[in-house]
Amino acid sequence: MAYDKFETLRSTAVPLPIENVDTDQIIPARFLKATERKGFGDNLFRDWRYNPDNTPKELFVLNNPIYKGKILVGGKNFGSGSSREHAAWAVYDYGFRCVVSSFFADIFRNNCLNIGVLPVQVSAEYLEKIFKSVERNPNTEIEINLPNQTITLLESGAQESFDINSYKKDNMLNGYDDIDYLVKMKDEIKIIADSRPF
Amino acid sequence: MSKTLFDKVWDSHVVRKIKDGPDVFFIDRHFIHEVTSPVAFLGLKSRKNSVLFPERTFATADHNTPTINQHLPVQDPLSANQLKALEENSKEWGITHWGLGHKNNGIVHVVGPEHGITLPGATIVCGDSHTSTHGAFGAIAFGIGTSEVEMVLSTQCIMQPKPKKMRITINGKLGFGVTPKDAALFIISKLTTSGATGYFVEYAGDVFTDMSMEGRMTVCNLSIEMGARGGMIAPDEKTYEYIKGRTFTPKGKAWNEAMEYWETLKTDKNASFDKELIFDGSEIEPMITYGTNPGMGTGISQQIPNGNMLEGGVTTYKKSLEYMKFEEGDAMIGKEVDFVFLGSCTNGRIEDFRAFASIIKGKKKADNITAWLVPGSHKVETQIKEEGILEIIKNAGFELREPGCSACLAMNDDKVPTGKLAVSTSNRNFEGRQGPGARTLLASPLVAAATAVTGVVTDPRTLL
Repeated sequence: MAYDKFETLRSTAVPLPIENVDTDQIIPARFLKATERKGFGDNLFRDWRYNPDNTPKELFVLNNPIYKGKILVGGKNFGSGSSREHAAWAVYDYGFRCVVSSFFADIFRNNCLNIGVLPVQVSAEYLEKIFKSVERNPNTEIEINLPNQTITLLESGAQESFDINSYKKDNMLNGYDDIDYLVKMKDEIKIIADSRPF
Repeated sequence: MSKTLFDKVWDSHVVRKIKDGPDVFFIDRHFIHEVTSPVAFLGLKSRKNSVLFPERTFATADHNTPTINQHLPVQDPLSANQLKALEENSKEWGITHWGLGHKNNGIVHVVGPEHGITLPGATIVCGDSHTSTHGAFGAIAFGIGTSEVEMVLSTQCIMQPKPKKMRITINGKLGFGVTPKDAALFIISKLTTSGATGYFVEYAGDVFTDMSMEGRMTVCNLSIEMGARGGMIAPDEKTYEYIKGRTFTPKGKAWNEAMEYWETLKTDKNASFDKELIFDGSEIEPMITYGTNPGMGTGISQQIPNGNMLEGGVTTYKKSLEYMKFEEGDAMIGKEVDFVFLGSCTNGRIEDFRAFASIIKGKKKADNITAWLVPGSHKVETQIKEEGILEIIKNAGFELREPGCSACLAMNDDKVPTGKLAVSTSNRNFEGRQGPGARTLLASPLVAAATAVTGVVTDPRTLL
């Protein structure tokens, strides 16, 4: 099993109402020098979270103790830029299991799905609703139900459904990843490889 | 049925289609570098898998490498460790490895085409989003994450849903002093950084037909900056001329057979796209960015737009200008600059150095400018010397460094200090991209050169 199974997640959320959050913000390049997948959560949003002298920036949401939980809610076009999977690792390692946004960059979305972080894409209106609810009451709980593909603001009951293809859904529910699937196909793959001109 | 260029290449690489799921997609050629591959090799080992086709993977060190004194041991222990891991993993699995100091070493997206690893009709991936560069040759090329690097190592496949198709046509000609970089920054400024997310782009029209292979690489390289997974251009005589005779290019009978295939790689007349955009080359002037993503760009003679006039988040826009220490309505020309960076997988090729030299020739570097001129590879470095460009560079008071990604992402020591303003030929102006607190203006090699000799943002057309 590549990661823990994901079925239903009920948690408070951390709001980050900024658009175009790129992977250089999620984890700056100077923290990509590890040769093992360890400790990336410490540097999640490093330069938004800490001053150059490493003291915390009090206004940044991760330093505000009233916001916590396993769900990160970001503005439109979350995860743009570099393909570094380290960004998804940092999100996971910090303790998030789900990222909600109205739009995700392709590679970041893929990387999340490959390591067991569920990207949940909602409408712009619903995203606004989440931001408002969490701002009004930081203890607002959100439920992500993967089998039913729904997200619910438990306080108001406001619900929306989200898309995920059935292959990836099955993987997330069972904690499988693509390599588990691909290694069983080697004979089929070798036939294609032999037929390629280069 | 009529097919696009993209359909033709994609469909011929599908090993299996999964119902309501991704395609199992075969990868012809795979590049790895020191930063995104070590964890993939660890995964491979922990699952007791092996590298299925080591001859299809190529390793080069670039992201982390110093750009001076490459003959000496790497000082940063973490960087040295990653370089060592790349070397050892390559050796263990029989993968071609061009490490620091090797004559073929350089930025992965520069050396791939230089050695004929990049070919029309091929599928190419690398753990780097600018893998889209290789689309210039009519290949499907895109960036992947480390989990996918492990997939390619162990099975030569990844699992991808087929993206939607977009065609961007630019008719006519580019104006005086307008380069491929400007064409790309222009498109991104029109589409925004998410305007092509979910799409694979084909570039078409006279502007791209007229463009050199280097120029096409610059354009395809920047496809990711509008959210597209990749971009491609149909191969033509220029493509074949470029690749012919290179180390990994097919030879003899194999070349003739490949040519027959390559000549079919064109979008059929009636093929359809999910989205079509058409521009005219004459609309484009030299471009420069003013904000903290590549979509925040404008013609160099323009002023910074008012956030309320733009679509999207005004708060995010204001945060961005605050970081840049700019105001709405500011003119870009005349802004005092501290650093100039020529290089990267976007603009680190010989043509970029020729362009830079064409402006600085007979002039002097401005005193307030620190300039980093970093060739994309040793091959480019050699060409710079052979063509007499090095002399022009030296006479104008500049120095040439050794190849690598350098200040594009500032993983090595080439960092722009906090608060300093850089004109950079690279691909991203994100907050802190060139060093914590660094402020980046993306532009062409011509704009970079004009700025380097005047010390302020300068329209290159006034110096050409």
